Amino acid sequence: MINIELKDEPLSVEECNDLAVSPTAGGTVVFVGTVRDQTKGKKVTHLEFEAYKPMAISEMRKIAEQAAEKWQAAHVVIHHRVGKLDITDIAVIIAVATPHRKAAFEACEYCIDTLKETVPIWKKEFFEDGAVWVAAHP
Amino acid sequence: MKINILAFGIAKDILDGQTKEIELSHGNDVKSLKQTLCDTFPEFSKLRSLSIAVNEEYRNDDYELKESDEVVIIPPVSGG
Repeated sequence: MINIELKDEPLSVEECNDLAVSPTAGGTVVFVGTVRDQTKGKKVTHLEFEAYKPMAISEMRKIAEQAAEKWQAAHVVIHHRVGKLDITDIAVIIAVATPHRKAAFEACEYCIDTLKETVPIWKKEFFEDGAVWVAAHP
Repeated sequence: MKINILAFGIAKDILDGQTKEIELSHGNDVKSLKQTLCDTFPEFSKLRSLSIAVNEEYRNDDYELKESDEVVIIPPVSGG
């Protein structure tokens, strides 16, 4: 089962875990990405995430399907937040359940690494003296 | 050919708006669109990457655009 969500309200680790856990899976790995308070020593006040929603959802689904196939995952859950986020708010949750634990770790890492490369979501970091679109420039 | 494009993230800032009508001057493929964007708005050349999505899929440089396509500028992504 694949479960993908992109939403502008707080994400729930418990909900993602519950969606992922399966009778056929002996290991569930849950990755939680949260907002950090600094970038290269500069204090971050908050973030904003913007998404090209239909394609962000379809790209997250592709990643989940690839992971499910490659690691025989019972369930892959990817929830991503959009809108304004404060420090320590959850930006993304990935939960993967597989028959054995090693595959769950690998599949979860694949999902977050690939999400950061392909999913059309953009992060704007706000500082006390301005804001930047993260990773836009080399 | 004129096409309407949609922009997100820093691309929206560069175009000073989320939508823009672009007259393609080099040809009708994705490569020509990128060239026109970089010629008209030099800030696009300074980005780490510049991708184009058509009808919700990433497309290669040789993809031929049609006026009815939903064309979206995808600057470097930074989700997660």
